Amino acid sequence: MTSQVSSPAGQPSPDAKEIQQLDRVIIRFAGDSGDGMQLTGDRFTSETASFGNDLSTLPNFPAEIRAPAGTLPGVSSFQLHFADHDILTPGDAPNVLVAMNPAALKANLHDLPHGAEVIVNTDEFTKRAMAKVGYDASPLEDGSLTAYNVHGVPLTTLTVEALKDFEVSRKDAGRSKNMFALGLLSWMYNRPTDSTEEFLRTKFAKKPEVARANIAAYRAGWNFGETTEDFAVSYEVAPATSAFPPGTYRNISGNLALSYGLVAVSQQADLPLFLGSYPITPASDVLHELSKHKNFGVRTFQAEDEISAIGAALGASFGGALGVTTTSGPGVALKSETIGLAVSLELPLLVIDIQRGGPSTGMPTKTEQADLLQAMYGRNGEAPVPIVAAATPVDCFTAALDAARIALTYRTPVFLLSDGYLANGSEPWRVPEVDSLPDLRVQFAQSPNHELHDGTEVFWPYKRDPQTLARPWAVPGTPGLEHRIGGIEKQDGTGNISYDPANHDHMVRTRQAKVDGVEVPSIEVDDPGAEHEGPARLLVLGWGSTYGPITAAVRRVRRAGDRVAQAHLRHLNPLPPNLGEVLRGYDKVLVPEMNLGQLATLVRATYLVDAESYTQVRGLPFKAEQLADALKEAITNG
Amino acid sequence: MAEHLSGTLTGSLPLAEDDSQQPLSLVPKAEGTQSMKDFKSDQEVRWCPGCGDYAVLAAVQGFMPELGLAKENIVFVSGIGCSSRFPYYMNTYGMHSIHGRAPAIATGLASARRDLSVWVVTGDGDALSIGGNHLIHTLRRNVNLKILLFNNRIYGLTKGQYSPTSEPGKITKSTPMGSLDSPFNPVSLALGAEASFVARTVDSDRKHLTSVLRAAADHPGTALVEIYQNCNIFNDGAFEVLKDKQQAQEAVIRLEHGEPIRFGLPAQDGLGERGVIRDPATGELRIVEVAEHGTDGILVHDAHAESPGTAFALSRLADPDTLHRTPIGVLRDVRRPVYEKLMADQLEDAMQQQGKGDLGTLLAGRDTWTVVG
Repeated sequence: MTSQVSSPAGQPSPDAKEIQQLDRVIIRFAGDSGDGMQLTGDRFTSETASFGNDLSTLPNFPAEIRAPAGTLPGVSSFQLHFADHDILTPGDAPNVLVAMNPAALKANLHDLPHGAEVIVNTDEFTKRAMAKVGYDASPLEDGSLTAYNVHGVPLTTLTVEALKDFEVSRKDAGRSKNMFALGLLSWMYNRPTDSTEEFLRTKFAKKPEVARANIAAYRAGWNFGETTEDFAVSYEVAPATSAFPPGTYRNISGNLALSYGLVAVSQQADLPLFLGSYPITPASDVLHELSKHKNFGVRTFQAEDEISAIGAALGASFGGALGVTTTSGPGVALKSETIGLAVSLELPLLVIDIQRGGPSTGMPTKTEQADLLQAMYGRNGEAPVPIVAAATPVDCFTAALDAARIALTYRTPVFLLSDGYLANGSEPWRVPEVDSLPDLRVQFAQSPNHELHDGTEVFWPYKRDPQTLARPWAVPGTPGLEHRIGGIEKQDGTGNISYDPANHDHMVRTRQAKVDGVEVPSIEVDDPGAEHEGPARLLVLGWGSTYGPITAAVRRVRRAGDRVAQAHLRHLNPLPPNLGEVLRGYDKVLVPEMNLGQLATLVRATYLVDAESYTQVRGLPFKAEQLADALKEAITNG
Repeated sequence: MAEHLSGTLTGSLPLAEDDSQQPLSLVPKAEGTQSMKDFKSDQEVRWCPGCGDYAVLAAVQGFMPELGLAKENIVFVSGIGCSSRFPYYMNTYGMHSIHGRAPAIATGLASARRDLSVWVVTGDGDALSIGGNHLIHTLRRNVNLKILLFNNRIYGLTKGQYSPTSEPGKITKSTPMGSLDSPFNPVSLALGAEASFVARTVDSDRKHLTSVLRAAADHPGTALVEIYQNCNIFNDGAFEVLKDKQQAQEAVIRLEHGEPIRFGLPAQDGLGERGVIRDPATGELRIVEVAEHGTDGILVHDAHAESPGTAFALSRLADPDTLHRTPIGVLRDVRRPVYEKLMADQLEDAMQQQGKGDLGTLLAGRDTWTVVG
């Protein structure tokens, strides 16, 4: 199979070099925080997406904006897995490492399997730079890299040389070395180049000289690959045609998908969106994105703190908007009291927690899923809140719609859990038809809903819908429905302050019953062969962003001939109605989580099943291989 | 199928030509005349007998008909504390929220709904202690909120601990040997927080209180009204010096825009025998005997002065211990852009520049590829 790839200069590639077909590749770009690795990764991803491969990405960067140059803590990386078939994770171990300096090499080498290709920027391997990270001798010369296929390329020198005719300083020219590297890799993997050139022209529209210089560096990298003898082979990974159902596709990150989900919610509910937010990693991008969409009637409010952010969102909800607040774990802690107020007021509100490593400040740029029990229980009093969790970057879109459905239908705050891995990771997305999106419109109360004994028509703010137990949403501006609500316990029906013991008992149970009664679909179990051979012995149960790694691990185990059943939770509160039955149908249940066993605790307590926990809290997603080993172990010793 | 009404709120507010200077121009007017009774809810008022809150409630209920606004478009939002029960007694929309957060909640409400008249009721603990951050940021943003800060210089609902406005050395349950910290002067604080409207009044002076409410309601943007309010249980008589007719002569400086700042027993010209001047040497404000100093150089109050400097200096004349020389009235009332107007303008600009958002176009973005079956 061949595909037409033309060089950036427009001439067809000479056939002199061999082109090898691969089914998948994992590339990791690594460099200093200031080296532009995230941009390089993004561009390669975009080229790959438009080529039609399936892909999955893992950006990994320090919390410090510019850690001291050349140090291990300052290393920023971007890993991309792309394939000619359907893939689920950014990959365990890179086949190719691009290391822009000694620190990047040292920080990433241990992840490489033997035989991996390593492209290093030899210009940066000075005695001083190597000493900074503890290399006494050059790893490029002391034989320590013989297990790898090392390509030493003087990236900086070559870039500066390529730009010598441009009116840019030597220093600025050197900064384009990431584009040189991108060009080289784009040649190596036969990526289309037009989109990157177009991107550079747009990005530097106001500085055309800089745009031209970057494009020149990019082309120089491509041409270098094509001409130098060091790179004898280039590779091709065919489009993943069979992995994708027909449709229009784009590449999208979790935070972008989530932002679009919120705009879609506003449109589908015909309610103005009000986002109250305080900047926090890794949630800020949702605030940034929604701020761009004022022409959709979206109001974004950057508050003075997390508490004000959710307070303003709740105030907007009281006024008939869809109130949303976005944050991460530490922000949720600050918002807890207001979430409790929303539970008591019974107003729609979305609380979006893009989880990160904790406790406290923890690891802001690293992923974790340790806020589940905080979302579940982290409030004073009995304050139940429905919880929805996104499973993949593109799933953030659908999860937002689902969370909003619950909030609007049941007049309740709803937690939507994502995490750093989903937020920054990206994958191809089949763009949905707007007509296919659910109708989320709601009915505001318009008239009195209760008749007193004397025949007077009155409005009772806590008179409930008998099916959903939701109370009416009567917004200010509606004549005759003036009412007061608050965080103090109130009498069911009238909403008047009440300290009556029986009423409080009733209200606590009613609020719980309302959340317990939220309609969620039954969980589906993937257990091939169950029909004929009965269920597998082992069920692996996951939630949130572990979906990709767990599914990849399950595939490996099955390919090896073992049986394992898989189920993944979208709804954590309430849990699917059939979950208990499903769990009891298996001899053994394994729950992999990036925490110390929070879902396992929940299902053990809820269903009295002996679910086993498999946990990791390294700030990184599980590797498929590692999970496959854990599954095999559970099958063998089960 | 039920009629869907949620869409009526989507960007369909009528926009006046320059409504930023008419705070209530977007709020629908009441049909027919209203009376105080219309603003009383059916809930029994549960403050302690003799509490100053009753007088404020009566004044507010009495003043509301004057605004002539549809009462369904009026919202009272409160925090926690004795005064924060206020919304339950108003027959308007209302929310009794959580401690200190009323300004934040009201900010969201007012920003999303410019057709509402939004009032915040708070106390010295609620607004200045636990909610201090929200108060100062609301003031600097200039959201169209009217904040009534009931200052009784004590924590009432928690039964009598000192508050951030209590005088130093206050003996309370939590400070048996006297409180250690310096109090806030709420007016000074608000002026420092870029407030565009700051006033002070007293619970028992219905006429003055109403005049201040009127000025606050007329103000586009955040209006902070500090109301000295007596807690007859835990801090009785805290403002007696300002209320007792005789003592008040010396203690109260009544500020009227455009009038010379005079107080004390009447002098020959009928105005107070004392006046406020600016010391030419230090620039500080100073009290002088008009008989000795003459009327030249007596400051004329300018609530609309661009700089808050003089208003701040006036707020510092009061002695925090004795409350002598306490200015009341509107200290500052200046025009500056209102937050939710600016927010609405940006939405309108975006709509004009980019056209009304199309979801399909947004979702597809610019970088797509097609897979054909």
